[in-house]
Amino acid sequence: MTTPRFLVTASPHLAERDSTPRIMWHVVLSLVPIVAASIYFFGPSAVLVIVASIAGCLLTEWLFGKRETLLDGSAVITGLLLGLILPAGIPLWMAFVGGVFSIGFGKLIFGGLGQNIFNPALLGRAFLQAAFPVALTTWPVIRENWWQLRGDNFALPLMSPREVDVMTTATPLGLQKFEQTGTELWRLVMGATEGSLGETAGILILLCGGYLALRNYLNWRIPASIFLTVGVLAGLLHFIDPVRYPSALFMLFSGGLMIGAVYMATDMVTSPVTNLGCWIFGFGIGFLVVVIRLWGGLAEGVMYAILLMNAMVPFINRATQPKLFGAQKPEQAKGGA
Amino acid sequence: MPGRLKFRHGVHPPELKQLTAGTPIRRMPFPDEIVLPLSQHTGKPAKPIVRVGDRVERGDKIAAEDGFISSPIHASAAGTVEEVGLWPHPAGDYKTAVRIKVEQFSAQAPRPRIIPDWEGLSRDQLVDAVRQAGVVGLGGAAFPTHVKLHPPKDFPVDTILINGAECEPYLTTDHRTMVEYPERVHLGIRIMMKCLGVDRAVIGIEKNKPDAVERLRATLPTDIDVTVQPLRVKYPQGAEKMLIMSLLDREVPSGGLPMHVGVIVQNVASAATIAEVFETGLPLIERIMTVTGLGVRQPANLIVPVGTKTRDLIDACGGMLPDAREVVFGGPMMGTAVADLDAPVMKGTTGVVVLSEREVKPQRSYPCIRCGHCVDACPVFLNPQILGQLAQSERWEEMEEHNLLDCMLCGCCSYTCPSNIPLSQLFSMGKAALRKVKAA
Repeated sequence: MTTPRFLVTASPHLAERDSTPRIMWHVVLSLVPIVAASIYFFGPSAVLVIVASIAGCLLTEWLFGKRETLLDGSAVITGLLLGLILPAGIPLWMAFVGGVFSIGFGKLIFGGLGQNIFNPALLGRAFLQAAFPVALTTWPVIRENWWQLRGDNFALPLMSPREVDVMTTATPLGLQKFEQTGTELWRLVMGATEGSLGETAGILILLCGGYLALRNYLNWRIPASIFLTVGVLAGLLHFIDPVRYPSALFMLFSGGLMIGAVYMATDMVTSPVTNLGCWIFGFGIGFLVVVIRLWGGLAEGVMYAILLMNAMVPFINRATQPKLFGAQKPEQAKGGA
Repeated sequence: MPGRLKFRHGVHPPELKQLTAGTPIRRMPFPDEIVLPLSQHTGKPAKPIVRVGDRVERGDKIAAEDGFISSPIHASAAGTVEEVGLWPHPAGDYKTAVRIKVEQFSAQAPRPRIIPDWEGLSRDQLVDAVRQAGVVGLGGAAFPTHVKLHPPKDFPVDTILINGAECEPYLTTDHRTMVEYPERVHLGIRIMMKCLGVDRAVIGIEKNKPDAVERLRATLPTDIDVTVQPLRVKYPQGAEKMLIMSLLDREVPSGGLPMHVGVIVQNVASAATIAEVFETGLPLIERIMTVTGLGVRQPANLIVPVGTKTRDLIDACGGMLPDAREVVFGGPMMGTAVADLDAPVMKGTTGVVVLSEREVKPQRSYPCIRCGHCVDACPVFLNPQILGQLAQSERWEEMEEHNLLDCMLCGCCSYTCPSNIPLSQLFSMGKAALRKVKAA
């Protein structure tokens, strides 16, 4: 009597073509130009570091996660992003351990995709920074023989790395903070500066992020709010004391601000769900970045700023719940039926 | 105060109306058998007044209303009552229905009847005539029309809104009605205005139906205040609350009805049907509906006798294609999938959409990634993300605190969710669970 080949599902019977894996893989795709730039600047070391951190992430996801989540793209993003915020000369085993920590303690321990509070890649980097402060703050000079490794990438675990004939220097932020030396703006914008693998090419990151924002795969309000806050605060301080405080453009294009604002802060899982919340979230990050960079003990503060605000997200969500359609205003409720 | 012609949030599903938007309405041949469920409107089911073996003419009453919020049901074809018993219902279960064997070779002429001169009738007589004709809202919910035309005195109504938004994808029922029967729509509006003693009416139509706007404007009566207002194309523009916001800039209070802001909303097809009642004297026994989707051979707009089985309806459109996968009553956003092709179409069935393999949504869902797309889509400003989490652990009471009862199950959240979480299904479960808790 019945024809069993029909599907009987609940409404709606149509769905948008986006899916979570599709979003994830699009983010991965959008990172390709940034990876290419990092390879251009840092040579084979960039490839090695990124592959090592992705391997750490995927292996952990495969060992401890649900097997079907391996290919949803989220572990690849975490590994890719972690790799991009590490220095080129880091021993590969550290990058690998960072990846393991990112997925294991940044995501799986909370219950897997969608459950974590902190951005896994940043948590992995914070862990590495605490465990291996020297390796994480050794910045090879970019203009060298392209084929040469930028540090002892193949150092054995827990052994001191061999001396490699690589010049190291400080990042633009370090130079500014500890030596009061500025960096030309065009170099910052184009990415021809020392720093983590993928954080230097400011303009490229903006373009890639713009593509994601157009597809609604990232909430543009978060980077907009961060840029606005940092720009206004830094501009104001620079106006008051141009000797002590760097210009707003320097603040925006130096260090990890671009990749942090566009790729880390906008992680859907660890950012607020409401648009107002995203503005507040971005404002908090921008404010903390300026405070840490200018008055803190560190040269760079984007990572801690985002992690701190990640912890605030549940409160921001609660405070910015949408206002119900037709919720009566108090004066109406009094007079109404 | 004029509205801003839009509401906030909502989604933009593909329209897919081109399959039938230009197809003129035609009448489908009478099927061999008609099945009339006693429950095809909001409210109490009707009570059958015929017995097995009775002969009925087309238009005869076969079930009487039971209470104020109920509606009588009439035979949509002449024939013999074969059974009064359980029959597959579009809602998915079995419900009592009257099954009529349609007389072969009959002219299907209705019994001669007196057509009331509506202008000579008082308001109460008009409302009563609408009630006796079994008219219900034809936009999908099938709420008895006479109840809406008789609002309580404490809420003065100043405007009638005529809903021609037809925001559901695929459907072109209202569209074709407006294009082909604009005078009928206007007459229905005139009668409703008299019933309610209201002297303003606004017809809201989504901008994707310019021919409907043009036809209704061309036939606009000059002696009463009726205007045609094109609206932005966005789902759910045709939801009452959204329509009122768009056209009048009034916000229906949470838990309230349109009449609480002085408005009555009627569907264009309902208006046309009311006009038909006073033009022909016939009760609501047939309706216009769209049969469409990539799974049906010849998509069409048809005049269909109420109670036609889905099988016969689809056969009248050339049958299904081999890759037909899901049969949906109503639009694909809020409609119900039917499993059994014996289930009949009812007064409130706006269309039947046969979705092919290519059109059905994927079935696999992923964990929530808190992207916030659902929060951005919800037209009544709920937080579907939190509600979804609560529903998955069956915390119904907490869902009520998060205003679950304001959810109108429009499906925007499910539609936009990249993780394909069945949010609106969870919410309808939650609403049902809350009703049970309250009843206990």
